[in-house]
Amino acid sequence: MAADVPNPVFKSGVLRWIDDRLPLISWSYKEFVAYPAPKNLNYFWNFGSLAGIMLALQIVTGIVLAMHYTPHVLHAFDSVEHIMRDVNYGWLLRYAHANGASMFFIVVYIHIFRGLYYGSYKAPRELLWMLGVIILLLMMATAFMGYVLPWGQMSFWGATVITNLFSAIPFVGDPIVTWLWGGFSVDNPTLNRFFSLHYLLPFVIFAVVFLHILALHQFGSNNPVGIDLTKKDKIPFHPYYTVKDLFGLTIFLIFFSFFIFFAPNYLGHPDNYIPANPLSTPAHIVPEWYFLPFYAILRSMIYEQLFTPLSFLAWFGISAKLAGVLAMFGSIACLLVVSWLDTSKVRSATFRPIYKWVFWLLVIDCIVLTWVGGQVPTRGVVWIGQFATLYYFLHFLVILPLLGKLERPLPLPASIDEPVLGRRGVAAQPAE
Amino acid sequence: MADTANPTSTPSGGTTRRDFLDLVTWSTLAVGTAAVVWPLIDQMNPSADVLALSSIEVDLSQVPVGQAVTVKWRGKPVFIRHRTEEEIKEAEAVPLGELRDPQTDEQRVKKPEWLVVIGVCTHLGCVPLGNKPGEPRGDYGGWFCPCHGSHYDTSGRIRKGPAPLNLTVPDYAFLTDTSVRIG
Repeated sequence: MAADVPNPVFKSGVLRWIDDRLPLISWSYKEFVAYPAPKNLNYFWNFGSLAGIMLALQIVTGIVLAMHYTPHVLHAFDSVEHIMRDVNYGWLLRYAHANGASMFFIVVYIHIFRGLYYGSYKAPRELLWMLGVIILLLMMATAFMGYVLPWGQMSFWGATVITNLFSAIPFVGDPIVTWLWGGFSVDNPTLNRFFSLHYLLPFVIFAVVFLHILALHQFGSNNPVGIDLTKKDKIPFHPYYTVKDLFGLTIFLIFFSFFIFFAPNYLGHPDNYIPANPLSTPAHIVPEWYFLPFYAILRSMIYEQLFTPLSFLAWFGISAKLAGVLAMFGSIACLLVVSWLDTSKVRSATFRPIYKWVFWLLVIDCIVLTWVGGQVPTRGVVWIGQFATLYYFLHFLVILPLLGKLERPLPLPASIDEPVLGRRGVAAQPAE
Repeated sequence: MADTANPTSTPSGGTTRRDFLDLVTWSTLAVGTAAVVWPLIDQMNPSADVLALSSIEVDLSQVPVGQAVTVKWRGKPVFIRHRTEEEIKEAEAVPLGELRDPQTDEQRVKKPEWLVVIGVCTHLGCVPLGNKPGEPRGDYGGWFCPCHGSHYDTSGRIRKGPAPLNLTVPDYAFLTDTSVRIG
């Protein structure tokens, strides 16, 4: 970690005595105060610390909500209404928690696209990146189980659809689904275990975030120029980035507050205010917005229209259903191993004239997938979804590996000062 | 393995007393770990009260031709449809080659006028529409799953969309002409 930072000297003898025996304060000082960060980080680098703050907010609001919630099929829905109507500030806590999940995903998705644009996943930061993808997976599991807890129609049917994904696994699929449910359908045992795991997983995320930061501080943050930095390119995290992060946080909290206070149900689905009914599926099941791209990929895998040629997979025992599940998990697997799919040595897209455009195509592709995931799967929507799915995989499996070989990157600057001060740097060209 | 305990064995002889101890230690550890972990995993399987769910009996005398009822069995909906003559003919006339999950209509019913299937889409477990009057029945006159657009025919067989299998036929028996026991 930040080995070149000297230990802090404590004026207080008590602190010195404690830190001698438990070096927690000096460790925190080195990692979060003196930590040398690149001096050219732009605002996209705010989203890492924002994600950490969102995790903390979700844990705090979640713990207090759990004090009023009842994980039982007969009481869950009513206990959520009890929180909304009777518990002091219950409405605020629940809206902050429910919208907080969306905010957490917004922040994390921007954080991920930041990494993709500036090549933050490249050597020597591969494990840092992979830990991040694991955090994403854990977040998805946590958010999914949290959405089940209010036991509304979308909770119940979302849980049914997603747990049924596992039935696509050959041979052991059905026993696994029964095991996940603790019965023959989503029912009280399912709700109970989801509550237990929804409470556990954020702490697992917390632990992986710790590893994520450990790996980050091994080589230090990447930067918009993407070249390796020397000591003179860095400034201490405090006060420079604590202030910058606080400013970003303020802006972000205004955005967050708008949803809590003016559009608390905008990101939710009205059907979830109908108590769960196992005998009636809502006409249009949609997951929360942050799952829509993955849901679109899942639904696009039918051996019809654009994917008719894939019907040969059925001969190998891969049904369209299994293919959908594989494609959905495959889309995240692509992210997990992107460090090796991208063969270019240049990190920042600033110096990759073609990748710069390809990156934005991927962003557009993900927006299209998000839209498709929220639509009723009519013929036209399926066409668009299949093209978007195909392009997603082409991006990672074909374009990224080839581009590294074919693209001619722009010359990299010798230092991060160069793009700002010109080729000859500070000495020859003083700033006017 | 009997001679592994022989104290005179040397490393050059292949096995030693230490190898034997290693083997015993690791196997005990493996079995012990499995014995500890299994209850932690198996506790998530259906409990005795869930497994003890009884079968149900349904009176069919109130279901007119062309209509259907939904009953709840093991937490899931079961569709019982009183099929019309055309629906039966339509179901019987389909060539097996056209089917994704080939089954004749005969294999799926006990009495042709009554079709009994579990009302859970074999794709991802939604309840298909079409059991109530006015609901869409899909392109093949059976059921239509709103979640991902699977179409089932008048025999509950998958015809179009992402679902891989026909609607499951549960164990059932006719007690009288108008009464059936499911489970």
